[in-house]
Amino acid sequence: MSETAPARKGKRKFELDPRLAGYKGVWVFIEHERGRVHPVSWELLGEGRKLADMLGVALSGVVLGEPGATTRNFCEEAFYHGADRCYLIEDDILKDYRNEPFTKGMTDLVNAHQPEILLLGATTQGRDLAGSVATTLQTGLTADCTGLTIDPDNRSLAATRPTFGGSLLCTIVTLNYRPQMATVRPRVMAMPARDESRRGAIVEHPLNMVEANIITKVLEYIPDAMQDKPQLPFADIIVSGGRGMKKPENFQLIWDLAQVLGAEVGASRPVVQAGWADLERQVGQSGKTVRPKLYIAAGISGAIQHRVGMEASDCIVAINNDPNAPIFDFATFGIVGNAMHILPALTETFRQQLATTKIAS
Amino acid sequence: MHIVVCIKQVPDSAQIRVHPVTNTIMRQGVPAIINPYDLFALEEALRLKDKFGGTITVITMGPPQAEAALRKALSFGADDAILVTDRAFAGADTLATSCALASVIRQIQNNMPVDMVFTGKQTIDGDTAQVGPGVAKRLGLQLLSYVSRIAAVDVEQREIVVQRRAEGGVQVLKTALPCLVTMLEGTNEMRFATMPNMFRAARHPLKVWDKDAAGIEDMTKIGLKGSPTVVSKVFAPTPKSARAEIIAVESGEPKDMAVTLLAKMFTRFPQIEKQLTQQA
Ligand SMILES: Cc1cc2nc3c(=O)[nH]c(=O)nc-3n(C[C@H](O)[C@H](O)[C@H](O)COP(=O)(O)OP(=O)(O)OC[C@H]3O[C@@H](n4cnc5c(N)ncnc54)[C@H](O)[C@@H]3O)c2cc1C
Ligand SMILES: Nc1ncnc2c1ncn2[C@@H]1O[C@H](COP(=O)(O)O)[C@@H](O)[C@H]1O
Repeated sequence: MSETAPARKGKRKFELDPRLAGYKGVWVFIEHERGRVHPVSWELLGEGRKLADMLGVALSGVVLGEPGATTRNFCEEAFYHGADRCYLIEDDILKDYRNEPFTKGMTDLVNAHQPEILLLGATTQGRDLAGSVATTLQTGLTADCTGLTIDPDNRSLAATRPTFGGSLLCTIVTLNYRPQMATVRPRVMAMPARDESRRGAIVEHPLNMVEANIITKVLEYIPDAMQDKPQLPFADIIVSGGRGMKKPENFQLIWDLAQVLGAEVGASRPVVQAGWADLERQVGQSGKTVRPKLYIAAGISGAIQHRVGMEASDCIVAINNDPNAPIFDFATFGIVGNAMHILPALTETFRQQLATTKIAS
Repeated sequence: MHIVVCIKQVPDSAQIRVHPVTNTIMRQGVPAIINPYDLFALEEALRLKDKFGGTITVITMGPPQAEAALRKALSFGADDAILVTDRAFAGADTLATSCALASVIRQIQNNMPVDMVFTGKQTIDGDTAQVGPGVAKRLGLQLLSYVSRIAAVDVEQREIVVQRRAEGGVQVLKTALPCLVTMLEGTNEMRFATMPNMFRAARHPLKVWDKDAAGIEDMTKIGLKGSPTVVSKVFAPTPKSARAEIIAVESGEPKDMAVTLLAKMFTRFPQIEKQLTQQA
C-alpha cells in the first residue's frame, strides 16, 4: 500500500479493462511445512468462501507439494474447509518451500486459470511468495490486511489494514490489475467449521522445472524448540500490559495476575521496545494476533495497531485511568482507575474465587 | 565484495499522533529515523565487509530530507550513498518502489558489479515486507528473506549459506551470489559511529539521482502511476456496537470493583468461568 498516495474521496465509476474481465474466482494458497498445513490457510478459506459467495464464483485452494498422499490429503482438507476446487502441482522439487519453484508454480497457475482474487497468509512463507508472485504478475498486493470485502459497485476487493501512525484504518483497492492479491495474518479471520462431507474437484498441473536448474538448495530444517516459547496466538486467557504500567518493575503485577489465571502475558509495542517484555509477547499489527476467551488490557490506550491484534477476543477487560481512552470504545468491560491498584485487587479476587470453586467441586 | 543496502527514512512511529478531530496524521515535529529494521541489514553488510573487504553502497528513495539517513549510514561505515529523489516517484506502492530501486541498482551495477543486496525485513511505516522480494524478482537475484544468520560465505565459489526463519523452524539454505537478503530483527547490534567516519560522513559528496540518473525509462511503472493499489479511503475505527460497560462501585475501592467485575463477567461469559475452574 502507499502511505503517500492521496486518499481519493467518493465512489469512482469504474469499468474493468475487458482484457481483465475474464479473471474469475477466489483462490487461497494452502501453505504447508513439514507435512502440516498452516491454520491460516483454513482461516482464509473461511473468508474466501464469503468473498466467493458475494461474487457468485468458485473458491479454490492452491496446493504445491511433493507427490504423495500427504499432499493429496491437503486438497481433501481444503474441500472440508470450504473449497470447491483445488489446483494441484505435485513435484519432488516442491518438497520444501523455496521461493523460485513456488513462484513459478503459482504464477503459471494464475496465468493459466486467471483468478480475480488470490489470498495468502502473512507468514514468512506467504509474504516471501506473495511479493515475488505479485512482482512477476505486475499486479497489486495489499499486505497484512485485517478485513476483506467486495465493493458492490465494481466487484473489486476492498482490503482494509491499519495505516501509518496512530488510530486509523485504510481501505485499499486494486483497480485495473488482476489478480487482486492480499496477505492476511494468522488468527485475524475466524476458523471455519470443518465439514467432512464436502467434496471438490482437483485440477492438476505440471511444474516443468528441473532440480539442476534451481540455484537455492535447502540443506537442513531446524524445528523450533517449542517448550519455552510463549504460544500467545492460541492462549485462552491473556493479560497484557502497556506503557501505562509506567515502570518495568510494575510489569510484575501483570505476571502475578497471569499466574493466578493460568494466562499468557502480552504487551503493547512501546513496552516491547522499552525491553520490559519479549518481542514474542507483542500483540498487534506488527506482533501477534490473538483470539482468547478473555483479554485483560492494563495501561493500554487501544491504538488501532494494538486493537487489530486482539479485538476478536470473546471478552475484553480494559483497565485505564483515562475515561476517554479509545480502548473503552471496544472493550467489553472497563475499569477506570490506576492499574497499580486494580491489578493486585483482581489477582486477589480471582485467587479467592478460584480457591472457593475448587473446594466446592 | 560490493554490497548495496536499501534503507528508508521513516518518521519515528513512537511519536506519531493522530489529530483527534480531523483524523489526519500529525507529522510535524516528529523526528525522522532510519527504519530500525534496516539497521540490522546495514550492520550485517558491514560485518561482511569487515571479513572480506569491499564496498558498501547505501541507497534510499525519498524526499531530499532523506539525506540525513544516508549520512547516518555513512557514519556507521558505509562507503558511498545515493539519494534517489524525484517528484515522479511520489505515491509509489510496493510494486512501483521495487521497480525504482531495481532500476537504481542496475545503474550502480553498470559501474561496479553487485554481489549482494540487503534490505530490512520491513519498514515501520509501510509495514509490508514486500519491497525486498520485489527487488529480488526484478533483478533476477536469489531471494533470501527473513534471514536470521549468515552462516558462511565463500567468495571464491560465490556461495552463501544462511539461516532463514520459517514457520515453526529455521531453514538452512545454500545459494549462489548475487543474492538479496532481507534481514530479520534482533540478529545483530549496530556498531557505534567512529569519529573519523562521522567526519567523513559530514563531508562525503552524496550522489543525488533523479529519475533519469536512476535509469527510469517507462514513466508508467513508477510513482502513483505505476502503483496498482489505490487507497480508497482512510477512516477512524468505529466503536463496537456498544461501548465498554464501565464497572462502577459506590465505595470506589479496587477490591469491590474486582468483585463486581467477576460477577458480571461470569454471568455474561460462562465459558470463562468454566475455563478457569477446569484449570484450577
Ligand atoms: C506501523 C506500526 C505498527 C504498530 N504495531 C503495533 C503493535 O503490533 N502493537 C502495539 O501495541 N502497537 C503497535 N504500534 C504502536 C501503536 O500505534 C501505539 O503507539 C501503541 O499501541 C500504544 O501503546 P500503549 O497503549 O501501551 O501506550 P500509550 O498509547 O502511551 O497508552 C498508555 C495508556 O495507559 C494509560 N495509563 C497511564 N497511567 C495509567 C495507570 N496508572 N493506570 C492505568 N492506566 C494508565 C493511559 O491513559 C494510556 O491510555 C504500531 C505503530 C505503527 C506505526
Ligand atoms: N523508499 C525506499 N528506499 C530504499 N529502500 C526501501 C524503500 N522502501 C523500502 N525499502 C527497503 O525495503 C524493505 C522493506 O520495506 P517494506 O516493503 O515497505 O516493508 C525496507 O526495510 C528497506 O530496506
